[in-house]
Amino acid sequence: MYKPSIGAILWALIPFIAICFSVSLWDRIYPRILGLPFNFFWLITWLLLTPVCMWGAYRQEARRASDPRREDGGTP
Amino acid sequence: MNPGLIALAFISAIVSAGAFVGFYAGTRRKMDLEQWIVGDRGFGMLLVWLLMAGEVYTTFTFLGASGWAYSKGAPVLYILGYQPLMYVVSFFILPQVWEVGRKFCMQTQADFFHVRYNNKYLAAFVALVGVIFIIPYLQLQLTGLGMIVEVASYGAIHRTPAMIIAFLIVAAFVFTSGIRGIAWVSVLKDLLLLFSAVFVGVAIPYIYFGGIGPMFAELVRAKPAHLVMPGSTTNLGHSWYISTVLLVAFGFYMWPQFFGASFSAKSSDTLRRNAVIMPFYSITMPLMFFIGLAATLILPGLSNGDLSMLTMVRRTFPGWFLGLIGGAGALTAMVPAGVMILTAATLFAKNMCRPILWPGMTDQQVARLAKTTVLVITAIALCSAIYNSPTLVALLLVGYGGVAQFFPGVVLGLYSKRVTTSGVFAGLVTGVFVFVALTLAKRDPLMGLNAGFIALCCNLAVVAAVCLLTPSQCNGFDEQPQESMGA
Repeated sequence: MYKPSIGAILWALIPFIAICFSVSLWDRIYPRILGLPFNFFWLITWLLLTPVCMWGAYRQEARRASDPRREDGGTP
Repeated sequence: MNPGLIALAFISAIVSAGAFVGFYAGTRRKMDLEQWIVGDRGFGMLLVWLLMAGEVYTTFTFLGASGWAYSKGAPVLYILGYQPLMYVVSFFILPQVWEVGRKFCMQTQADFFHVRYNNKYLAAFVALVGVIFIIPYLQLQLTGLGMIVEVASYGAIHRTPAMIIAFLIVAAFVFTSGIRGIAWVSVLKDLLLLFSAVFVGVAIPYIYFGGIGPMFAELVRAKPAHLVMPGSTTNLGHSWYISTVLLVAFGFYMWPQFFGASFSAKSSDTLRRNAVIMPFYSITMPLMFFIGLAATLILPGLSNGDLSMLTMVRRTFPGWFLGLIGGAGALTAMVPAGVMILTAATLFAKNMCRPILWPGMTDQQVARLAKTTVLVITAIALCSAIYNSPTLVALLLVGYGGVAQFFPGVVLGLYSKRVTTSGVFAGLVTGVFVFVALTLAKRDPLMGLNAGFIALCCNLAVVAAVCLLTPSQCNGFDEQPQESMGA
């Protein structure tokens, strides 16, 4: 059975920590950046950074898929 | 000329264009069950992106996001929290689902349960729970559509005829073109929605305050508490935010219609790359928030916060622009509604009727029954939307929490060797029961936590306990596919 790599899971944990678990650290108005309250600014920034993290996860999975030593032999 | 008539002309033109695209997409193709439900598994990256975006961004997002920003304030940020995270979760689920889906020719979510756990009663139960939660979601789309068309036509079209006309169109193009029709209508819908969201979201703060920064400066001065959680509510604080974001991020792709849409992709890699770029589409959401926040300063005291965006647009722009927004809003209801109708009809015909009642049905008969069911489900949703019953509103709140209870069965089904049919069945029943009970008893949120999240925790505990007590069983995905699943 196919399991995702640890590397991909670690990449995926970054947005979870930044967006979800750390809410009490960033849910405030100041400092206002680009005119936005800090909490709005933070989440909008992570809309742009989440694809970056997931691109990292994608690279991890793609590298594994092209590795001939894989044992499960299936498609990624 | 009367602005109501101009708006009406724009709405009709856009809806007709959508209907034309929807019908045209299905002509010249033979509509068997496989083509109708999963588009012959041939959708490339762009079409999958548009279809998924078309389904995810419903009238609830269109009206609800600005409505929450207006009436509740900062808790609306949970939308910006769960949207990128649900795509992160989909990265690890949908490609694997697609792989087993192709191997066993699956067309619905219940097929997945049927093959993995080799039990038609579990599959039928999953289908039943799915259909029960889809219908109120569908009703919400109808109500939203009626509201949009009524406001956008300056009251020229009453909401009941608007709902009936729009949904007859939806039922007709779902009937003839299936998922392919829906995907192509969502191309038109996404373009219009993107344009109107960006334009309105930037223009309104600019017109009234001279920009987004000055608007927030004014809000910070007048209503600072509105801008941090729990905003203008008493119980939507940080623990509610975390539990809700987790619940929706894990539960979102458990909606049978989103699960099913992944089968239409051309390859599992399409879905994986799609999961990487999907968060970019959410950039329109903050713009909806800005409109709602502007309305808190300009139009305080609206009785229905969900109307704040349309009221702002009507107050600010000429009739033709309101018609454009109204048309975009109508399509925003019609696209997801189309997928829901298609999914519910297929679940009913294929996973409930055939295995339990008439095991001898051929695939052609299943397809015919599913198409007839399209009309029945549309009629049920229309009746419930017209005679808006409060029980259904209560059920609607159950929706997300309800379908999220499929999560253990799907994820453990993909990744665990030890999971058993009785464990998943018991967990699912427990989860749905706990959530419905908490919601009907009006205990959501309970102790600051989302009730669906609590139900999901109970569900997982029961799955773990029962799986450890029952002997391990073979994994349906390791067996050789049989022909019976296919179309």
